[in-house]
Amino acid sequence: MSLLAMALGQSAGSNPSSVPLAASSGEGFESPGVTDFWQPLIGEGAWAITRASFLMVLSVVLLAWVMTAVARKLTVVPGKAQFAAEAGYNLVRNGLGREVIGSPDFLRFLPLLVTLFFLIIVNNVFAIVPVIQFPTMSRVGFPAALALVVFVVFHYVAIKKKGFVPYLKSLVPPGLPGWLVPFIFLLELVTYFFTRPVTLALRLFGNMFAGHLLLLLFTLGGEYMLLHSDAPVLQVLSVGSFAGSFVMTAFELLVEVLQAYIFTLLTALYIAGSLADEH
Amino acid sequence: MFLATTLLAASEESGEDGGFWEDAYPIIPHPAELIVGLLAFAVLYWVVAKKVVPSFEKLYKERSEAIEGGIAKAEQAQAEAQQARAQYSSQLAEARGEAARIRAEAQSERKAIVEAARAEAAEAAARETERGRAQLAAEVAQARGELSRQVGELAVELASRIVGETLAGSDAATRTVDRFIADLEERAEGTTSLGKA
Repeated sequence: MSLLAMALGQSAGSNPSSVPLAASSGEGFESPGVTDFWQPLIGEGAWAITRASFLMVLSVVLLAWVMTAVARKLTVVPGKAQFAAEAGYNLVRNGLGREVIGSPDFLRFLPLLVTLFFLIIVNNVFAIVPVIQFPTMSRVGFPAALALVVFVVFHYVAIKKKGFVPYLKSLVPPGLPGWLVPFIFLLELVTYFFTRPVTLALRLFGNMFAGHLLLLLFTLGGEYMLLHSDAPVLQVLSVGSFAGSFVMTAFELLVEVLQAYIFTLLTALYIAGSLADEH
Repeated sequence: MFLATTLLAASEESGEDGGFWEDAYPIIPHPAELIVGLLAFAVLYWVVAKKVVPSFEKLYKERSEAIEGGIAKAEQAQAEAQQARAQYSSQLAEARGEAARIRAEAQSERKAIVEAARAEAAEAAARETERGRAQLAAEVAQARGELSRQVGELAVELASRIVGETLAGSDAATRTVDRFIADLEERAEGTTSLGKA
């Protein structure tokens, strides 16, 4: 999906007027692309405060406010609101932490897992919240920042537990034929130090980027067909495009929740691997 | 990250029209966004680590303690109830034993009383019979003495009248009287059984 989106984005960026949808009109349909994600609010260039940065800060403020409010009012016998809050917390605590990392080590990593899950899920759902309607994680800087944190954490944990050289040695599974060891070592080194963090960031980014692009395509395409096209057929067909945007919105919600879960799950898996004695 | 810095330099070269970031490859991290992301994560992590996770974990600890405390309390109550029941049943058994013992005692006592009364009654009856018999024998002896004296007197009187002289005190007279009495006795023995008593 992300490949398609990127292809669309790039084609739009390089040659906006050659999109086939614009056949009937003189001015043409400018399909959504990379430029739609660049929305600086304050300043310009590399240090601009973008819409995504603003949303990230907003999400932290909202989360910190709601979470501390909930945490302050916890009682042994839960009410309805606390029951819901506990369900969310337990999803991460028991479903990810305790299941994947295991007792009692998981307690150390709970703040990390809880922070990651709720930060990602809120920023993802921003994509379909009216008015906000922008997925923070479609700007690769944010997934990269989080993946960087995870990268540092799981290597730090492993080195602290095993020591640096034994950690590198443990990358190669025991019992391999001698001539195979260098190749496997190189492969595992690339996996641990490059593939894992990069895929962690790009998976989240790609899903959010592509999903948002599709929503833009359905909505802007429908709008163009309805308002700017001369052919009555296209105006009727715009209904289909708008319907598609509704379906995609529902689908996006699923993807947003799932991606937050996957990011946190992989983090837990990497940490569990770092704590494990064997490869 | 070296990629980002080189691209940052490239963007500054490309001028102030914002052109580079406007249509840069979407997989190039924007430096400000990267930094904002790290800071946002750090702030939220601090809040979660200091406030949220500790209070949730404290809650779970309190809850499990409350549940375990409840179980311990219930177990204690059950143990107490069992003890009370054991005590009750042992007391009941004791009381039953006591009652049985008292009943048995009473029964044996009754038997003894009846036995004693019967023995006493038999003894009294025997005593009464004995006394009656002795009295009767005494009366018979008295009556016989009286009778023999009177018969003797009568016989003497009769004989003196017949003979016309007083024979009283003489050996012959006494002998005669005795013989007479023995004769009488012999005759009386033939006619009545009273003579034996």
